Amino acid sequence: MTLTEKILANHSGNTSVKPGDNVWVDVDVLMTHDVCGPPAIGIFQKQFGENARVWDPEKMVIIPDHYIFTKDKYANRNVDILRGFAADQDLPYYFDVGTDRYKGVCHIALPEEGFTRPGEVLFGTDSHTCTAGAFGQFATGIGNTDAAFIMGTGKLWVKVPETMRFIFDGDHLPPYLMAKDIILQIIGDIGVDGATYRTMEFAGPGIKAMNIEDRMTLTNMVIEAGGKNGIVEPDEITEEYVRKRTDKPFTSLYSDPDAKYHSVRRYNLEEMVPMVAKPHSPDNKATAEELEGTELTRAYIGSCTGGKLTDFIAAAEIIKGNSLKIDTYIVPATTEIARGLETEKVNGKTLLEVFEEAGCKIGRASCAACLGGPEDTFGRLNSDEICISSTNRNYPGRMGSKQAQVYLASPYTVAASAVTGKITDPRVFIQETII
Amino acid sequence: MIKGKAFVLGKNIDTDQIIPAAHLVYSLEDPEERKFYGRYALSGVPEKQSGLPKGGIPLVEPDKFESEFTIVVGGPNFGCGSSREHAPAALQIAGIKAIVSPGYARIFYRNSVDGGFVIPFESVEDLSTQIHTGDELEIDQEKLELRNLTQNVTYEIKDLGSVADIINAGGIFEYARQQGMVA
Ligand code: SF4
Repeated sequence: MTLTEKILANHSGNTSVKPGDNVWVDVDVLMTHDVCGPPAIGIFQKQFGENARVWDPEKMVIIPDHYIFTKDKYANRNVDILRGFAADQDLPYYFDVGTDRYKGVCHIALPEEGFTRPGEVLFGTDSHTCTAGAFGQFATGIGNTDAAFIMGTGKLWVKVPETMRFIFDGDHLPPYLMAKDIILQIIGDIGVDGATYRTMEFAGPGIKAMNIEDRMTLTNMVIEAGGKNGIVEPDEITEEYVRKRTDKPFTSLYSDPDAKYHSVRRYNLEEMVPMVAKPHSPDNKATAEELEGTELTRAYIGSCTGGKLTDFIAAAEIIKGNSLKIDTYIVPATTEIARGLETEKVNGKTLLEVFEEAGCKIGRASCAACLGGPEDTFGRLNSDEICISSTNRNYPGRMGSKQAQVYLASPYTVAASAVTGKITDPRVFIQETII
Repeated sequence: MIKGKAFVLGKNIDTDQIIPAAHLVYSLEDPEERKFYGRYALSGVPEKQSGLPKGGIPLVEPDKFESEFTIVVGGPNFGCGSSREHAPAALQIAGIKAIVSPGYARIFYRNSVDGGFVIPFESVEDLSTQIHTGDELEIDQEKLELRNLTQNVTYEIKDLGSVADIINAGGIFEYARQQGMVA
């Protein structure tokens, strides 16, 4: 069996499962946030009764992150609903806005707080829940009705997916290449529905060369190819990260050598180049080099896929000492990362100093303009901006206005483009500064 | 049998186009607020691609909450993007009963089925280039046929397969009750 099949088998009381089987699995963690939590709670109460209790408060995690710093009264009411529910149900893992516990983007907060454990099953009411597959966990996004069902029963039906295997050759990432380039290349190759209903398993020697944040960038975007989940076999990098953040025991699982795959593709990391997804689809691929000179009006670095500490270190390596030609927005995914901006240094200056000196606009930890949101959202594209962004989606209107155009790229490419005001291959800077 | 007017869209219609993120703040429980999901259903689709082949046709007229259309016909990869269940809910609230597409993004498909919002039929061919917005359609679940009464053509649709039981029950809760899983 593949890693995904093994996890689904041992969570459904089966010795083995095969693709296409429908199984009921026991859920280890259910995550919800401020957009989908309130309707899920509504359905839960309607179906199980006003006084119904959550199946296991230790397994439910509520992380408000989407519409946080807004005047929108409905959005604020949604956070009030979460707060009330967490109090009524005595939920230990509610990360409230306006308190020290506030975290920011759920998919980064989950690992930081120790909820992404190898071998477990995580469901979340957000499509990028697949991010947690970087830890060897089965993790996928669901809707509110399914979440309400789990809240009452601790179970959910799942169709066992076929697994597509992506093997990376090469023992290091070239200095100008980021995991974002790799996943944009793959999505461009297989298309936005190239992995629909399937697992994308990332493997090979190249995976060892990637730190945990790189792996999260890969698994985060499997949904952009239609994937059900993305997964990476756990190793010492995974275990070290997880052990630091939780005492809960877990069992790492691995794909069998004779596991059956839907398909196998190989990529040589050392031959890959900086990639961009053009408007208005994540599979509309081009190399950064091909798009050199495309005029831009804004740059945005943030979100669960492109707002991690290593993403900002990468951006700062390029931005340091340069002035910027276009408005550049920086949004750390979580409060832990925001603190990292103040302590992590590049050439003796903190990341925050580098960004402030270059004139970047710095937002507070949250989803911010990654999904547009209410009109007053930080960094939202309110008209016909042409933005290069380290986020994960560029469908029409995703970051706000339908008139806007969004190019997706790695933090290196976004930062290089912010310096010149045009799409720029980061190798232009990296040859000079790093090599 | 599901009958009504077709509303035609292209490929890769994502959930931000089905219900733009700015509108996700309304309560689905409150009868007055809920109506806004109907008003803004498919309002994120770029004008030219809304109501093909002509375009420029909104699903719901600007001052209304419900649509005159009943069946959405889409290209491949319908419902990709976010996991928001507000998307199939918005279509249902706007008065849509069924969708016909050659393929769906899985979370949208699952939400449509488990929540009992709209029936996601799979067509054998991509019909979004053949059916016109406003055509009168008839979906015959028994015969697995979609009849275009305006153009007088019949197309094949696929059997709903293993999710038919959940769809017929009206959603995952009703299904689980029938199975005795939930009280
Ligand atoms: S940062 Fe963007 S992609 Fe990630 S959870 Fe928030 S809105 Fe979704």
